[in-house]
Amino acid sequence: MIRVSVPCISIAGGEKLYPSSRGAIMALRGIDLDVADGEFVSLLGPSGCGKSTLLRCIAGLEQLSAGTASIHGQPILSPPDGIAMVFQRDALLDWRSIIGNVVIAAQLRGHRAALYRDRGMALLERFGLAGFADRYPWELSGGMRQRVAICRALLMEPTILLMDEPFGALDAMTRDDLNVELIRMWQASRRTVVFVTHSIAEAVFLSDRIAVLSRGPGRIEELMKVDLPRPRDLGVRETPAFAAHVAHLRAVFTRLGLMTT
Amino acid sequence: MNDPDTKLHNSAVTAMVFVALLLAWEVGVRISGVAPILLPAPSAVARELANAPGFFLRESAYTVVSTLAGFALALLIGVVLAIAIVGSRWLERLIWTVLVVLNSLPKVALAPLFVIWMGLGVAPKVAVAVLLALFSIVVDTVLGLRTVDPDVTALVRISRAGWLREMLLIRLPGALPALFAGMKVAISFALVGAIVGEFVGGSSGLGTVILIAQGQFDTTRVFAALVLLGIIGAALFHLLEIAERLLIPWHLSQRSR
Ligand SMILES: Nc1ncnc2c1ncn2[C@@H]1O[C@H](COP(=O)(O)OP(=O)(O)OP(=O)(O)O)[C@@H](O)[C@H]1O
Ligand SMILES: [Mg+2]
Repeated sequence: MIRVSVPCISIAGGEKLYPSSRGAIMALRGIDLDVADGEFVSLLGPSGCGKSTLLRCIAGLEQLSAGTASIHGQPILSPPDGIAMVFQRDALLDWRSIIGNVVIAAQLRGHRAALYRDRGMALLERFGLAGFADRYPWELSGGMRQRVAICRALLMEPTILLMDEPFGALDAMTRDDLNVELIRMWQASRRTVVFVTHSIAEAVFLSDRIAVLSRGPGRIEELMKVDLPRPRDLGVRETPAFAAHVAHLRAVFTRLGLMTT
Repeated sequence: MNDPDTKLHNSAVTAMVFVALLLAWEVGVRISGVAPILLPAPSAVARELANAPGFFLRESAYTVVSTLAGFALALLIGVVLAIAIVGSRWLERLIWTVLVVLNSLPKVALAPLFVIWMGLGVAPKVAVAVLLALFSIVVDTVLGLRTVDPDVTALVRISRAGWLREMLLIRLPGALPALFAGMKVAISFALVGAIVGEFVGGSSGLGTVILIAQGQFDTTRVFAALVLLGIIGAALFHLLEIAERLLIPWHLSQRSR
């Protein structure tokens, strides 16, 4: 097969060692993963398998100990241009209003807040938060706060969005809502997304492809393509095709001894 | 727990306890017939204050001014030092060493030195106040500046914000609650410093009033000055609490107020 284009994110032979007092901890080993432009890829795996580590290496917050990580062919040596990250705990700033928490993404990059206020307001509106722009984070529910964090990540129109269990702390209903809003956003803009989750159903619902990681040290056990039509809505979860994907992933987890049946 | 009714109720209780204590003191002094030179009755102290309001006001103002000047300087110097400590390993070692040495000295013992250097005016009082107030401001501000959520640090790094932008947008505002904690300790220390400065030399301020009254065994006047010092200390602390409520309404400690 002839490669016609450079992948957006490319990791080859990725290995990550964390030094510790009792010898080094190997968090990742033999990671090979290419993510195409505009692709939605989920990293699925048990706690401690190195999902966050992999994401932090893509973000340029950590360096691989061996192997290469690159974005559009450029090795990742420091946080690259055009990426944004959403965290499990929303990491909002208590002293800033909601709109202030969104436009900080511009301010941290040295732009004036006033120039980005309109765009921030439009994003808040898109996520149903228009009426809350002047409130403070502590006045909002967990789901609303995470929406604000997503707005903050989208403000500078990143080409790559990295999401580290963004909905892990939310209840099932709020999680469904946010899944739908995220997929709507993604279908409209087709950014490259790398999404970390513990939830099989969430991964299947959102992704183009799913990388299953296993523990000690973390490696990619399976790369599964999700053959579900787009655009998707919650109804897709009731289809046999969806159930088949979930069953397949369950089987993989059971085979790896990561799930007790 | 914090609705206005309970608040009113709480201050009413405080006032009643206060009045009851004063009454007990007054009655105790009258019944026991203890000499006013040992313990004057509250009514005598009140009369003392009422007889020379201008005098007491002037002396109080002097002490308040040196306290506030010392506090403000300590705040300015303390925040700058804290930023330097957080900003550079090298400066951290240098400044900490000096601060720890200074702080382990009994700072009150330095007051005479300041009089030699700066004379008998307001300057040595301010200097002692600064010295006493500085440490807690530096310690708390450093703590506040250093406490940043790791995810927020990741956000800063991904945004490629430099040192200055991180300081202005993240660290300084995030350090405000800790700074206020430090200021609340520092304000009482500044008042102590101002009084110590007056004890060592000079001709104005409530510290001087106490010193002179002591020489004349005018216990009532000593008590009058003490009452004023108590009021000043409480008022300054309370002002800081009001400022805190206005400036950091977002902080956990302020939200339910
Ligand atoms: N900064 C660090 N220093 C040392 N070890 C680390 C560090 N960060 C992660 N690790 C180790 O690396 C391994 C992978 O951690 P990582 O946080 O990437 O897992 P994860 O898959 O994100 O887990 P979770 O689902 O619980 O978030 C763990 O064993 C962890 O203890
Ligand atoms: Mg993680």
